[in-house]
Amino acid sequence: MSDQAYNFAYLDEQTKRMIRRAILKGVAVPGYQVPFASREMPMPYGWGTGGVQVTAACLTPDDTLKVIDQGADDTTNAVSIRKFFQRTAGVAVTEATADATLIQTRHRIPEAALTTGQILVYQVPIPEPLRFLEPRETETRKMHELEEYGLIHVKLYEDIARHGTIATSYAYPVKVEGRYVMDPSPIPKFDNPKLSNSPALQLFGAGREQRIYALPPFTHVVSLDFDDHPFEPSKAPHDCDLCGAGESYLDEVITDDQGGRMFVCSDTDFCRTRCEAGHLGALGVPVLKGGA
Amino acid sequence: MNDALLGGFVDAAVQSSHAFRAALTVLSQPGEIRELHGAVPPAPLSVAAGVLLLTLCDGTTPLHLAGAYDCASVRDWITFHCGAPLVSVEAAVFALGDWVALQPLGQFAIGLPDYPDRAVTLIVEMPALEAKGAVLRGPGIADAAYLSLPEVAAFQANRALFPLGFDCFFTCGAKVAALPRSTHVEAV
Amino acid sequence: MYVAVKGGERAIDNAHAWLAEERRGDLGVAELSVAQIRAQLSLAVNRVMAEGSLYDPDLAALAIKQARGDLIEAIFLIRAYRTTLPRLGASCPVNTAEMAVIRRISATFKDLPGGQVLGPTFDYTHRLLDFKLAAEGEAAQAATAPAAMEAVPHVMAMLDRDGMIEAEPLGNDVPADLTREPMELPGSRALRLQAITRGDEGFILSMAYSTQRGYGRTHAFVGELRIGAVAVEMEIPELGFAVEIGEIELTECETVNQFKGSKTEPPQFTRGYGLVFGQTERKAIAMSLVDRSLRWAELGEDYTGAPAQDEEFVLMHADNVQATGFLEHIKLPHYVDFQSELELVRRLRAEVFATQEAAE
Repeated sequence: MSDQAYNFAYLDEQTKRMIRRAILKGVAVPGYQVPFASREMPMPYGWGTGGVQVTAACLTPDDTLKVIDQGADDTTNAVSIRKFFQRTAGVAVTEATADATLIQTRHRIPEAALTTGQILVYQVPIPEPLRFLEPRETETRKMHELEEYGLIHVKLYEDIARHGTIATSYAYPVKVEGRYVMDPSPIPKFDNPKLSNSPALQLFGAGREQRIYALPPFTHVVSLDFDDHPFEPSKAPHDCDLCGAGESYLDEVITDDQGGRMFVCSDTDFCRTRCEAGHLGALGVPVLKGGA
Repeated sequence: MNDALLGGFVDAAVQSSHAFRAALTVLSQPGEIRELHGAVPPAPLSVAAGVLLLTLCDGTTPLHLAGAYDCASVRDWITFHCGAPLVSVEAAVFALGDWVALQPLGQFAIGLPDYPDRAVTLIVEMPALEAKGAVLRGPGIADAAYLSLPEVAAFQANRALFPLGFDCFFTCGAKVAALPRSTHVEAV
Repeated sequence: MYVAVKGGERAIDNAHAWLAEERRGDLGVAELSVAQIRAQLSLAVNRVMAEGSLYDPDLAALAIKQARGDLIEAIFLIRAYRTTLPRLGASCPVNTAEMAVIRRISATFKDLPGGQVLGPTFDYTHRLLDFKLAAEGEAAQAATAPAAMEAVPHVMAMLDRDGMIEAEPLGNDVPADLTREPMELPGSRALRLQAITRGDEGFILSMAYSTQRGYGRTHAFVGELRIGAVAVEMEIPELGFAVEIGEIELTECETVNQFKGSKTEPPQFTRGYGLVFGQTERKAIAMSLVDRSLRWAELGEDYTGAPAQDEEFVLMHADNVQATGFLEHIKLPHYVDFQSELELVRRLRAEVFATQEAAE
């Protein structure tokens, strides 16, 4: 049931049209940040207002929505955003990646491969990949125009000189279709390979910074690197202690104050699905399918 | 006389949401064809073109009507339902017409080097629209896709301007397809 | 046995219920009414209206009540409400020269047409806690005088007549609106003024103060500060003329600043401008200093690298709803990014230790 006091998906139609036009231009120029007149939303800037506006502009009543934060469906902000759309758009919701037609995410790409027709909406805090090298928007805009990306390579190379390796572990910059350098939002670099050639449409919304950008399906996305220091996606060298997965991104959980810790999948839907299928990690307990 | 008042969306929020998703799908997957419903615009406007206008245009988006589409019934319908200011070619954010009437394309805004988004979106009315003809490759396309484009050379020239350039929707009856500036086009 | 953290939804509901209880506070104390807030905390109401960009004292008072007196939270409530309102049209520019002033002072002329009107100001109060207010707040009736019928012309208009201050010709340009269009820099002066008038009072105050202390110094005299009600008029196309649709209280500050002149222009004073909803004179004065400071390029002054000269720095950081949202978002879970950093630092440390061992 949607709340009749609000327009479908909260935003007024004129605002949606403005956002929709920005999304279409973003799709037409993959990786380019389209300015849009972001509105004040009933949740704070920095808490997903960009993603929420993009989701609101894309939703239809037929959609099945999944919202994750840190890969999990049950983190408080994911719960809050999901509830917002249940209330204002009356859409069906799910925790199953495969069942969702639209997924709003903060900081992760789901482990399960996405499919054609799905839309992944990222919440983006700082859309400008060059911002921490050059704080001025007027300057970074010029750098994108002229494809002057030397500065970001210098930064990555300084890492190598100091640490022997590239010391950027999340929000790792990428180049889209050989043209625009893009910030993939603060996903761990483990997720970067999933950006490229995905069958799903990926949309990025930065509310406070008033930018929308996009990766159409099957867009070529390359993580920046050097011949002698190739890009390496990385994760904790462990298996999930609940489901035993060896290739999923892990959260570290501190279990006592004696140095005890365990590692569990950050993607809660992926982990639960595996547990229900009978996979068992070192500290897991067998789960009855369909059980609580 | 009152025809201009008819033929808009009955439930704008829901109908425009479906229309936008179709438009988003065809633009992000060049070569895909979808149907648009919900508007009954006056001739010669197609249903698909009418729905696109209702979904994307309003008082903030200057619109250019080309050729036969620049007629009283279309102008009145757009003014009443969208409120888009009707303008000359250079000022257009959207432009509507058949392919011949939209020529020469060089007059349309193709964006600025620092703001490539400030480029026109063309809504091209087509006599036919099928997933065959010119070969399309690029973002949105796994390997190759096909679309009955009105020609090839203009889209190759447009691709050469990337990241500048115009973006196109093609409409025919209820059908809609699209070609963003990022697509590489070859003749069969 | 580890069980993944669940129950986010119940935690949120419970937190909201607890918050509502805390907002109400001690049930033995009478509940505060919106009317009381509007009438007795009017300067807080004014700030919420100014930075919320919505002139509605009742809603601002309600927001203050709901926000438990947290004014930035109240401003946020008003902003979020404001974005949902339909735009019916734009008013004509208000004419502050016809303001019904309750306060009007000039620091540049001892006396002038319309006179100096001190009005309800804290200026010459001795800041001694008034313990009588703790008992009962009934105030003695202030002395009254018949309203002066005399016009109160702008001080700037008098300077302008002699060519002593830069001319500010009337324009018909529709000003940009940063609530409807993405901010594009460099911006027009009108856009800057909009950003500053809805900017955080503390931020604008500090920016202004920094220019006074020497970071981009532009010595300012308060040519005039006036507070009062002005009529809001709107052109009705069907009628063909403007009709008065209401009245709002404004604070306007115009500063007179030094300017040396150039080869083509004789020496002349320059202007800084501040205009803010409600009685908000600290903000209006600060606004006029920051406005003037940001005009360095247009007036051919040197850029000294001062923060208050830096348009992008001021405009991108003045909004407290944006700032507080982004600041506080670091409370949200960042397990994933932190984990990636943790792994990286562990790996780097392991490599360092391995190298050290190999060397020994």
